[in-house]
Amino acid sequence: MDALATALPALGEAWALILQPVVLGYLVLGVVMGLAVGVFPGLGGIAGLSLLLPFMFGMEPVLGLALMIGMVAVVPTSDTFASVLMGIPGSSASQATVLDGFPMAKRGQAARALSAAFTSSLFGGLVGALFLTLFILVARPIVLAFGLPEMLMITILGLSMVSVLAGRVALKGLAAAGLGLMIGTIGEADAGGSLRMATYDIPYLTDGLQLVIVGLGIFAIPEIVSLLRQDRSIAKDAKLGSGWMDGVRDWAANKWLSIRCSLIGVLVGVIPGLGGSVVDWIAYGHAVQTTKDKSNFGKGEIRGVIGPESSNNAKEGGGLVPTLLFGIPGSGSMAIFIGAIALLGSGDIEVGPNMLRDNLDITYSIVWLLALANVVGTLLCIAASGGIARLTTIRFTYLAPFLFMLISFAAFQSGQNFEDLLALFAIGLIGIFLRRFDWSRPAFLIGFVLSNPVEKFSNQAFQIASFRFRSSFAEGMDYIFSPIVIILIVITVVSVVLGIRQAKTIMAEGDVKSGSKRAPIVFLLVIAAYLVTALINAQMIPDYNLTDKIVPLVVGGISLLCCLIILGQMMLRPETDVVFADKEIAGEDADAPYGLWSTLAWFASLIAGTFLFGFIIALVGFMLSFLRVRAGAGWAKTLILTAAGLAFMCLMAGALNRDFPPGLLQDAVDLPWPLN
Amino acid sequence: MNARKLALTAAVSALAIAGQAQAEVDFSGKTIEWVIPFSETGGSAKWANFFAPLLAEELPGNPTVVVKFMPGAGSTKGANWFQEQEHEDGTLLFGTSGSTQFPYLLDDPRVRYEYSDWVPVMASGTGGVAYLNPTDGEKFDGSADALKDTAFIYGSQGATRLDLVPLLAWQMLGMNVEPVFGIKGRGDGRLMFERGEATIDYQTSSGYLGASADLVAQGKAVPMMTWGALDEDGNIVRDPTFPDMPTFKEVCEATEGCETQGDAWDAWKAFFIAGFPVQKIAFLPAGTPDDVAQTYSDAFDAVRSRPDFAERAMQQVGEYPVFVGEGAANAAKEGTTVSDEAKTYVQNWLQEAYGVSLN
Repeated sequence: MDALATALPALGEAWALILQPVVLGYLVLGVVMGLAVGVFPGLGGIAGLSLLLPFMFGMEPVLGLALMIGMVAVVPTSDTFASVLMGIPGSSASQATVLDGFPMAKRGQAARALSAAFTSSLFGGLVGALFLTLFILVARPIVLAFGLPEMLMITILGLSMVSVLAGRVALKGLAAAGLGLMIGTIGEADAGGSLRMATYDIPYLTDGLQLVIVGLGIFAIPEIVSLLRQDRSIAKDAKLGSGWMDGVRDWAANKWLSIRCSLIGVLVGVIPGLGGSVVDWIAYGHAVQTTKDKSNFGKGEIRGVIGPESSNNAKEGGGLVPTLLFGIPGSGSMAIFIGAIALLGSGDIEVGPNMLRDNLDITYSIVWLLALANVVGTLLCIAASGGIARLTTIRFTYLAPFLFMLISFAAFQSGQNFEDLLALFAIGLIGIFLRRFDWSRPAFLIGFVLSNPVEKFSNQAFQIASFRFRSSFAEGMDYIFSPIVIILIVITVVSVVLGIRQAKTIMAEGDVKSGSKRAPIVFLLVIAAYLVTALINAQMIPDYNLTDKIVPLVVGGISLLCCLIILGQMMLRPETDVVFADKEIAGEDADAPYGLWSTLAWFASLIAGTFLFGFIIALVGFMLSFLRVRAGAGWAKTLILTAAGLAFMCLMAGALNRDFPPGLLQDAVDLPWPLN
Repeated sequence: MNARKLALTAAVSALAIAGQAQAEVDFSGKTIEWVIPFSETGGSAKWANFFAPLLAEELPGNPTVVVKFMPGAGSTKGANWFQEQEHEDGTLLFGTSGSTQFPYLLDDPRVRYEYSDWVPVMASGTGGVAYLNPTDGEKFDGSADALKDTAFIYGSQGATRLDLVPLLAWQMLGMNVEPVFGIKGRGDGRLMFERGEATIDYQTSSGYLGASADLVAQGKAVPMMTWGALDEDGNIVRDPTFPDMPTFKEVCEATEGCETQGDAWDAWKAFFIAGFPVQKIAFLPAGTPDDVAQTYSDAFDAVRSRPDFAERAMQQVGEYPVFVGEGAANAAKEGTTVSDEAKTYVQNWLQEAYGVSLN
C-alpha cells in the first residue's frame, strides 16, 4: 500500500509531463527516425542514439527523453521487416522471428506475419509498461536475488532451447550448438586475456566475432544464395496471400501466448548482464512447447512469430530496471541512454539508486513514453506492412544485389574493418553448409550468443562457490542451490525432456532428403578437424590461466564426442538415413537452375572489388554487371536500379555519418567522400 | 644523417610549414570519435561522456563528439588498436585509464602500445574509496587489526589492472581478500557486492558518488578508506572530495605490521600515482601536428574554465584538477613511469599472490 501511495501521484505527474503536444511531437520525431534506422539490418538503437547524443546537452529533460525513447522503442519493432521479409535477423532481438516469419513470407503471407508480429510487439510493449509501473517499486530486492549461479542457470535455460531446435538428429543439433560456443570463444578471453584460436598478428581475430556478422552470415547469406539460385520471388507463386487483418486476428487468437511471452520478456530483461540475447529464444521455445500441433514450426507457424515478438519489446521495458535502478545498462543503446540522461537539463537527473526516490515522475515518464512510442511505431509499421510486403512478390534476382549491399554495409559497421566482410563471407559459408546438411542453424546461433555469458558466469560462480565451500559445506550448498536456482533447474530439465521429445517433429530446414554419403561425411570431418584444432589450441594456454581454457576444453570435448558418435552412425547406417540429410539431393536447391559456387562468386566478387577499389566503386561495378548479366535486365533498368542503390546507400551513410570500407586504391590516392 | 632520416626530416619540416600555412583547425561538420577501451558501465565511460559534449562546444566548428566503446582484455585491446592509428584529420581521440597504464608499466606481453608515441592533450585524476559490508564494517576502527581473520571476497577485473592498488593495500594491511577475476567494470563489482557475493569493494570517486554512497546512507555498506590525493610536494593527503574519510596511509599507520616506508609502500605509492591522481588521459594518435594538439588543449582549457564546470564535475566525476597542455604532458609522464624497484616488487608480488607471471 505504501508503494502505491507514492506511485499514484508520481504516475499522475508523469502523464501530465508526457501529454503535452510538444512532448508528443518529439516522441513522433524520435519514432520516425528510429524507423528509418531500424529497418536497416545490423544498425539499431546504438547508431541512432549516438546521432542524437550531441543534441542532448542542456535540453529540456522530458523533450530529450521523448526523442531518445521514441528512437529506442521502435527498433525491436522495425527490425521485424528484415527478419520476416528477407530472412535477415534485423537485430539480435528478432533472430527467432526469422524461423517462422520468413517461411510465412515465402508462402505469400508476409503481410499476415508482419501484422501479427507488430501487434504482438505493441502488446508486449504495453504489458511490459503496465507490469513495470508496479514492479519497478519492488524490483530492487528481486534483481539482487539474481546472483551468478542464478544468471548461469538462466543462460543454461537459454541453451536448453537447443534441444527444441536441434532437429531430427539431436546429436547434430548439439554439435552445432557446441560449434557455435567454440566460435564464440575465439579471441581474447575476458578473465585472463589468453588468446584462443587467434594471434596478435591478426588483430581482427583477437576481438572475437561480432554477433551482427554471425547472425547475418548464418541466416541471411544461405537464404539469399538459395533464393538467388532458384531465380524466383520470395513468395513462391508471386502473389500476396492473406492480408494484414489476418495477422491481427491471429494475434487475438493467441493472446494468452502473447501475454505469457511478454512477461517472460520483462522478467528476463530485468536481469542485468543477460539483456536481449536469450529472451527471444526462450519465448520461441515456450511457444513450441505450448503448441499442440508442432509440425508447422520452422515452416511458418504463426505462434513462432507471436511468441518472440511479444517478448522482445517487453524486454526493452524490463531492461530499463537495471538501467534506471542500478545505473547498469542492459545493452549498448541503454548505455548511451544513461550517458545522455546525465546531459539533459542541468545534469541533475542521475541514473542510479536515487532515481526512484528523487525522480519517480521522470522514471514513470520513461516507462510510459516507451509504451507510447510502441503504439505510434506499431501503427506506422502496420500501416506500411501491406505495401512493404509486396517486396516478396518481386523476382528475387532484382532484390539480391541490394541485399548483398545492405548486409555488407551492416557487417562493416560492426567493426569498421575490411576483415568484417571476410568474416561475413566465411560465416556465410558455414551457414550455407549447416543449412545444406540440416545441422541446426538456430542451435549454432544460440551457442554463439551464449558463449560469453556461459563462460563468464560459470567461471565466476565456480570461484565464489569454492570460497563459500571453504568456509563451510552448508554455506556453499546454500549459495549454489538457492530456491531460484532449483526452480530454474526444474524448468530447464522439463524443457529439455519436452524438447527432445518434440524435436523430431520440428524441421527448421524443411524435410531434407538423404542420398549420398560422401558430402555429409566430408562436412562432418571438417567440423571435427576445427574442433580438434581448437582443443589443441586451448590446451596450450598455461595452467595459471585455467579460467580461460576450461570452458573451451569442456565444450570442445563434448562437441567432438558428438561428432565422433555421428561419424560412427554414418559408418553403420545406409545412405538413406536422416543423418545423411543433404539439400543438394532433392528439393528446391537441387532443382535450382544455378549452381552454388557460381552464385556465391557474385558475392565474393563484391568483396574482392571492395578490397581493391573500396566499397562504393566496387558496388557500382557489382550492381551493373549483376543486373546486366545475371538478371538479364535492359540498360535502362540496370542504370536506374544501380543509381537507386547508390543513392540509398549514400543517403543512409551520410545521415548516420558512417564510412564505407576502403580498398587498396584508397590507400594510394585520396578520394572525396563517399569514394574514400 | 642517412638518406632515410634526411627524407624524414624534410617531410617533417614540410609538414610543419604546411601546418603553419594552413588556416586554423576547423572541425565543422565533422564527427570526432572518442574511443574508450572499456565497457559502458565503468568510470571511464562516465568520464568521456561527461567531457564529450563540453568538448564539442569548445572545439572550433562545434563538431559532434561521439564516445565509442572498445572493451576487452582490461583495455589492452583498445590501446593496441589505438597504437596502430595514425593522425588523419584530428577526429580520433583516445582515453586511457589506470587499467591501461598498469599493463604497460608491468611489461605485460599483451601490450603493443607505447605511451610516449601518443600526444596527451588532457589528463585528470580521481580518487578511490574502499568500503566493507556492514558486519565487518563494525569491526573497523580506523585500523585493520580486527579484520585480519576474515576472508573477504572481491569482484575484480584482474590483478594487473587498477585493482592492483586496492589488492596490494589490503594485503599490506594484513587482510585476506580473495579476488574473483573476470568482471567487466567496477559497476559489475558493485552489483556483486550488493548481492552479497562480494564482501568488500572499492569504487573510483565517480562510481562511489553515483551509487555506493547511497548504500552507505542506507547502512548497507561502511566506508573504510580513500586512497588519498597528492599535494604539491607529492605527499599523500586526504581526498578533497571525501575530506572526512581517512586515507589508506592513515589506516596503514594505525594498523599493526603495516609500514608507510620501505619497498612495499614505495611500490604501492608509485602505482597509486599512475592509477589515481593521473588516472585518465586523453590522447591524440601518433603523428598529430602541434596545431591540432594545441586546438584540443585550448578546448579542454576552455571546458575547465566554464563557470558551471566545478558544479557539474562534482556531480559527475568528483572534484579533482584537470590538466591540459604542458600540465597534461607532465601528468602523462608521471602516470606512465615507475621506478624499476617498484616494478620488480609488484611483479614478484603478483607472481607469489596470484600466480600471475607477466612474461
